[in-house]
Amino acid sequence: MNYATKSQALSNLWEDSNKIRTTSENIFSDKIVSDIYKSAELIAKKSVRKNSKKLDFTSKLDNILTSKITGYPIMLIILGFILWLTISGANFPSKILAKALFSIQDILTGLFLATGAPDWLHGVLVLGLYRSSAWVLSVMLPPMAIFFPLFTLLEDLGVLPRVAFNLDHLFKKAKACGKQSLTMCMGFGCNAAGVVSCRIIDSPRERLIAILTNNFVPCNGRYPTLIAIGTIFGAGSLAQQYQTTVAAGIITILILIGIAVTFTVSWLLSHTLLKGEASSMVLELPPYRKPKILSVIYRSIIDRTLFVLKRALIIAAPAGAITWIMANVFIGDFSILTHTANFLQPVAGAIGLDGFILLAFILGLPANEIVFPILIMSYLSNGYIVELDSITELQNLLVSNGWTWLTAVNTMIFCLLHWPCATTLITTLKETGSKKWTFLAFLMPTCIAFAVCFILTQTVHILGLI
Amino acid sequence: MHSLPIDHSIILRNLFGITPKQNQAVIALAGNPNVGKSTLFNALTGLRQHTGNWPGKTVDNAQGAFTYKDKSFLLIDLPGTYSILAHTVEEEIARDFICFGKPNVTLVVLDATSMERNLNLALQVMEITSNIVVCVNLIDEAKKQNIIVDTTLLENELGVPVIATSARNKTGLKELCETLYLVARGKLITQPKNITYSEEIENAVNILLPKIEQLNIGCILNPRWVALRLLDGDKKIISNICRYLDLQPSKYYEREVEITL
Repeated sequence: MNYATKSQALSNLWEDSNKIRTTSENIFSDKIVSDIYKSAELIAKKSVRKNSKKLDFTSKLDNILTSKITGYPIMLIILGFILWLTISGANFPSKILAKALFSIQDILTGLFLATGAPDWLHGVLVLGLYRSSAWVLSVMLPPMAIFFPLFTLLEDLGVLPRVAFNLDHLFKKAKACGKQSLTMCMGFGCNAAGVVSCRIIDSPRERLIAILTNNFVPCNGRYPTLIAIGTIFGAGSLAQQYQTTVAAGIITILILIGIAVTFTVSWLLSHTLLKGEASSMVLELPPYRKPKILSVIYRSIIDRTLFVLKRALIIAAPAGAITWIMANVFIGDFSILTHTANFLQPVAGAIGLDGFILLAFILGLPANEIVFPILIMSYLSNGYIVELDSITELQNLLVSNGWTWLTAVNTMIFCLLHWPCATTLITTLKETGSKKWTFLAFLMPTCIAFAVCFILTQTVHILGLI
Repeated sequence: MHSLPIDHSIILRNLFGITPKQNQAVIALAGNPNVGKSTLFNALTGLRQHTGNWPGKTVDNAQGAFTYKDKSFLLIDLPGTYSILAHTVEEEIARDFICFGKPNVTLVVLDATSMERNLNLALQVMEITSNIVVCVNLIDEAKKQNIIVDTTLLENELGVPVIATSARNKTGLKELCETLYLVARGKLITQPKNITYSEEIENAVNILLPKIEQLNIGCILNPRWVALRLLDGDKKIISNICRYLDLQPSKYYEREVEITL
């Protein structure tokens, strides 16, 4: 036997072992690891004596938090509770901020009138640039200032690794890497950051799956839109004391839908375009720690909140100005904005949105944060002048523009599933180094969003629910 | 133990970038992250260190020399890993070095405060090589937490020498050096025990074993271990065996095959 025949024999051997593995449904990988662990456990039990109570506390808590029965409900409750705290806590400061910022707008308008500045300058700068920035600030800052510290707190407490641990076997079932749960958590903060964090996944196949599906968890740029619409429609009709609870419930359900889509798409990808087996990983569960409050506040406020806010404002300000110009430059009887919205109307109508909503999502490509502000601005520029300092007023504005509960649900689902923002796409291009995969990262969520909204709308219409 | 191929130094140099001096015993240092591996490395080698990268990888590699009695040792610090099932680059490097680098002794460092998790790695290494010494480090920290490790019992369970150390306080190091010395000199014979796997795995291993034994790679790798890796679906092991065979000068290789045939 020389070298060549030997390498041939080796590849034959590989084929043989492949046959054995596939006939027994690939149970060996897991089984081998669990057998090694069992041996280690047995030996450790014999040769190590522990008399420590502190350790028992950690393992007891771990048993509850990572149990197959109680693990998921507890995770769900924690998620719901955080969202509830965010929504109920953000309501009041949001109102105050909005009131303060819009009263400054009045002062600015007064100044422009006093100096005799031309109307268009006042429009672009105050009604466009300033107003959209004020919107972003008042809608986004309070929820972020509450959500991010809470999220960082969970990270510091050591809860996030347990969440990853719980989700691991679900990802395995989808033949993806368990580490994807960590990149998914990262996506809750920012999808672009989530895509970068996919570097921790070693297998190129699993990394691609994680990158392509990261967009299905809502990032902080989309929370404000979801929270605002959820509060207005899901809870608007109910008595005051249930509003936040219902809104938190709606967002929780939406996040669950996002996670379900993540699993489904991961499963589909690993059975079609990216075929392969899941690799296992070792996840060390760190001990529970007392969080360092100061560092939590610093990390969440400086690193996340201010960073995201800055990015949002930089993009929102010019986008506001552009939206104002589009809404105020007339061709024929209608503004450019209305022309475009009318052009989009047939498509948008089929998926239960209207032209303005779809246009807002398209204009929001640079950053998801500005979708809702753009939408409000385009409605406002069409002549409905409302003081937007209460939820009821907002609801009136939307309803007078033809919104129903179906529009609200579709908008939220579209927001959850639609294309990633430009930053995420650029990051995807950098991380995958391939235009093809980046295009798929754009095309796949877009198709899914359109399909889901279309099916939902048509079903509701056929069933005559609306 | 089988005799090492004559050209083993080529393997060490080309695949791992390691050139031991003549008669220098190579010791691989393996262990989970954060078990005090680096502290032990520094305590043993002092300033006689050389750091760089593993060939073609962006993973740090540290080598250090020390002498005990009349024997010179070259200590190779492997990347800290939880397992050596080759799921990450670090794990692959650690595994390949133990497999193909054939260190004279593999020293596995365990954290005394979490033996259960750490023993996994020791068991996995024991499947590849029999020249292994286990070092239970952070023994002082374990004492503080009221954890008592019975090293004699552990020695019996594993079938390899077990030394308790605290690299930070430099306790147990002399005993460790003595054991390394004895194993490297072949004066202390280790007999690592096999992991018993579930029936379905043992059955599948038995199907593959004759095919692997036909290949005559027993001088490089333990056939049972190769069977387990194949069942694990680890394709890299095949290509790595090929790469390893590629480095063997064919003359020597064919001569060896003739003898064995």
